[in-house]
Formats: sequence, structure tokens, C-alpha cells
Amino acid sequence: MGRSEERTYRSYILRKWLIIAAMLLALAAVSFLSLLAGSSSLTFADIFHSLTGQGSREQGIIIWNIRMPRIAAAIAVGAALSLSGCIMQCVLHNPLASSSTLGVSQGASFGAALALISIGAGTTAAPWLVTASAFAGGIATTIAMLVLSRLRISTPSSMILAGVAISSMFSGATTLIQYSADDTMVASIVYWTFGNLGRASWSEIAMIASASLLSFSFFMLNRWNYNAIGSGRHTAKSLGVNTGFLIPMSLALCALMTSVAVAFTGCISFIGLIAPHAVRKLVGNDFRFLIPGSAIAGAILLLASDIACRTAAAPIVLPVGALTSFIGAPIFLCLILRERRKA
Amino acid sequence: MISVENISFSYGQKRILEDITLSAGSGEIVGILGNNGAGKSTLITCINRIREPSSGEVLINGQAISGMKGRDIARLIAYVPQRSEAEALSVFDCILLGRKPYIRWNIAEEDINICERVMHKLGLEHLQLRNMDELSGGEQQKVMIARALVQEPAVLLLDEPTSSLDPRNQIETMSLIRKAAKEDGITVLIVLHDLNLALRFCDRLFFMKDGRGIRYCRADEVDGGTIRASYGVDADIATINGERFVMIRQEDIYGHE
Repeated sequence: MGRSEERTYRSYILRKWLIIAAMLLALAAVSFLSLLAGSSSLTFADIFHSLTGQGSREQGIIIWNIRMPRIAAAIAVGAALSLSGCIMQCVLHNPLASSSTLGVSQGASFGAALALISIGAGTTAAPWLVTASAFAGGIATTIAMLVLSRLRISTPSSMILAGVAISSMFSGATTLIQYSADDTMVASIVYWTFGNLGRASWSEIAMIASASLLSFSFFMLNRWNYNAIGSGRHTAKSLGVNTGFLIPMSLALCALMTSVAVAFTGCISFIGLIAPHAVRKLVGNDFRFLIPGSAIAGAILLLASDIACRTAAAPIVLPVGALTSFIGAPIFLCLILRERRKA
Repeated sequence: MISVENISFSYGQKRILEDITLSAGSGEIVGILGNNGAGKSTLITCINRIREPSSGEVLINGQAISGMKGRDIARLIAYVPQRSEAEALSVFDCILLGRKPYIRWNIAEEDINICERVMHKLGLEHLQLRNMDELSGGEQQKVMIARALVQEPAVLLLDEPTSSLDPRNQIETMSLIRKAAKEDGITVLIVLHDLNLALRFCDRLFFMKDGRGIRYCRADEVDGGTIRASYGVDADIATINGERFVMIRQEDIYGHE
């Protein structure tokens, strides 16, 4: 084989990296758009002056204390949810898998709600307490899913049905614990279940970002292993992949990212399902590109949804979780139909 | 060279493999034959530790693999499953995956060179950037074999590689396997259902029944008795133009004309 074929493959790989770079540019553009959007109208020049430290104090507060944390939260949460969906779809061999469709988000929500109501965490205690409780709920659901996926009867659709059952169970449990809470706490829990990016503080965003970065590094280190798992579990084992460690560890990290995101921003559904599928259309199923691509696409999708929520009925800010569910559910149905056709 | 020594495997209480022993030298092709449920595929997956055997040992060039890491086993034994699931990968990436046991952080120049060499040998260059799901069954099977060859294994295990192929592609695939075995000195263990392909392309045949090995012989030593014992059907061996063929004699198991 000559050098021309090698160049062809190299240019094929380069094209994929260029797509990732273009997505990064798109993320930067959407982030800037998000800085401009909001009830207080700021111009391009205002933002430039504030970013370079020359703007007014009021503008500085709007940008650094309100809009910037919101953008950072959208990027961190969007990336976390999308990454977890991307990896869950791979290791469970289920294109319909994501933290929201398998009930992991709902499990984490229940854990977080339990912490908020029973011990008043989040208002008085350290945020890590809410996170730890959310993680316990998320990981319990993940273990249940892992056990179900090992059963021979499990098909992608039956796993999703199991996810629906688990979600209903956790929703019921969350309702029950709300029943014992006072009015103020119930209102805050209900508001929180909508999913809202404006609530997270810088320290909480740092926690979400740390969980995402840690998981992202692990996933990138194992990108070849995920490619092998995508070719079938037996093939992966025959290529030397330690599936006995990698699959549970990957799912635990997915549960961690989801739980941290849910603990601080509430339930935001379908980002983890839609974003990886969209990226697959662009870069294929190669995890060298799919992992970074999914993280960026999740961030773009959540940020764009948030802009829509802030501008559609301004000055009222709509809950972003409601919008992602509204857009995500029809796409989810399309994916189910596609799976049925394949079967 | 491979030595499989007293391999047994159970699913819970059910014994699937019992005391399987066989050995084969470099460049040799061994067909593993037997009826459905005889334990052929289980044996293949126990050999490279995809399934953990309950007892027994596998030695490659005298080296026991039971204590080895998965990566080290994958450098010695390659495996081609019945069906590929790598639908959305390009052919080049799919073949490159065979270098997985050698890749640390990133692929090296050498990995690409080996893939190119194998693609050239198998005539796959023109397909390299096509997606796997765009290929025909025969082409997909070739890619799977190419992926196994870039592992540079001492032993190649194949699980019914011809089962979904038309006669032309069956011959092409088996010729490819024979070429790899003879040119690179790879020991090949291949599960087959087609007795005539086995007679034509294999050096030795290992017959199984109910999880046990019932006969291990040279391909030219196979007789009707062995086929009867393994498959429960009467068969004759006929020689046409110097080649031996199995002709199944059983007319109708249920007694109808």
C-alpha cells in the first residue's frame, strides 16, 4: 500500500478533528450569545468592557455574578449529561440509554430531595451532603440497571421500560417525602425538579466541572476500549479489554456526573440522549471523537436551550428542564421507532 | 503451537465441556466440528479466556495463559466472532482496533503500517474509508479476519466464519485463512458446520459431541463412522477428481418419502 492511502486515512482523521474544532468554535459563539441574552440589555461593547475590567460595577455584577455562572453551569452540566449518555449507550449496548431514560437522574433526584428535606442540606449544610445523597440514589439505580442488563431477557426497549418503572418508583418516593415537608420546602423542591441553571454557585459549578473533568479523562484514556466494546463484548474481551472493571467503573462515573449535576441544577432530561446521537451523525461511532464531541454538543445544546428559555418569554425565565423534555421526548420516540425497525 | 489440556466448563450445574484436549502446530488448520450444542463455540471462547474454564490449561508455544493479563493473551490469540457489531466504524478503524493490545495512549506509525500491509494482502484498500454497515457479508468477514491478523497472533480462533456466506465467499474466506496460516505460520482453530469445506481446507479435524472430544484425526482419515458418531447421520466419503466429499445418506429422519 502506498503513501497516498495513508494520506487518505490521515486526512479522514484530520476532517474529524476539524469537526470537533468547529464545534468548539460554535460553543464559544453560543456562550457569547448567552452573555448578550437576558432581561438587562447589554451591548457588545458593554460586555467587552466588563470582560476587560473597564465596565461599570453594575454591568460587572450582571456579567460575573449572574450570566457567567449560568454559562459555566450550562457547559458543565450539558457536558456531564451528554458524556454520561454517550458512555451508557456504549457499555450497555443500548442506543436508548441515558441517565434520564434509565432513571438514574430520577434516582439522584430522590437522593437529593431526601437530603434537602430530611436534613435541610443545601440551605444549612455543605453542598457535598446533597451531592453524596444524590450519588447514593444515582448509583443504586445504576446497579439495578447493570443487573438488569446482564439478564438475558434485556433488550434496549425492555431496559427503557425498566427505567420508566424505576423513574415512577423514585417519583413516588420523592412525592412521599415532600408530603412530610413544610410549604416552603415543597415549593423549593418542585421548583428544583423543573431543572434550572441559575441556581448553581461558583463552588457548585466547580464540583460539577471537577466530576466531569475526572470522568472525561478516564473516558478518553479508555477511548480504544470503548471502540472495542462497541464491536461486541466478546470481541472486546478478545482484544484484551478488562470489561469486568471497565463497564462498572464507567457506569459509576456516569452516575457520579449525573448526580452532581442533578444535585445543583435539578432534573434536566434528554440532553444525554440527544447530544451523543447528533454527534454520531457528524463523526461516526469512533470514541476518539465521540467522547469530546458529545461533551461539546451537550454543552451547546443546554446553553442554546437556556438562551431560548431566557428570551422566549422575557423577563420571565422558563425552566430549562421543561424545554429539554419538550424537545427531547419526540426525538426519543423517533429513536425508539428506528430501533424497532432495526429489530 | 497450541496445547489445550483437559479444558472443562460448566454453566452452573450444567457441564458444557468435559476434559477437552487437543494440540496443533504452527501453520496448521484444525476444524472443530459437531452438531449444534456440542460445545464448539464454548471451547473457542474458553481457549482465549473470554469464558473462564472451570479447569484445564491452554499453552501457547509452551507458555501457560491462565495467569496472563487480557492484553498479553490478545497478543497471542486472535478471535473472529460469528458476526461483527462494529457498524458505524470505518473499515480502517475497525482493522486498527486489532492493534488494541499494543496501543498505549495513541496509535503509532507502526500500527498504521501493519494495518496497511494486511489490507493490501487481503485486497481491502479500496474499502478503507467505507463504513462497516455498507459492506456485504463477505467483505465484512474479510475485515474481521484482517482485524485478527493485525493482532499478529500465534493462534487464530474463528467461530463459523462462513455460516452466512454464499459459496463463492465461503471459498474466498477459507482460502484467505489458509493463506494466513501457511504464510505467517499461524495455528488456526476454526468452528465449521460445512463438512466439505472442513475436508478441503483443514489439516486436522476435531469432532465433538455433548461437550466431549470424540475423535481428533487428519482430514484424510475421516470416515463415515466418525460422522455417524458425531452427527448421528449416515454418510459416505466419495472421491471426485482427487478431492474427498462427504455425502449424507440419511433420507428422511421422520420416515417420509
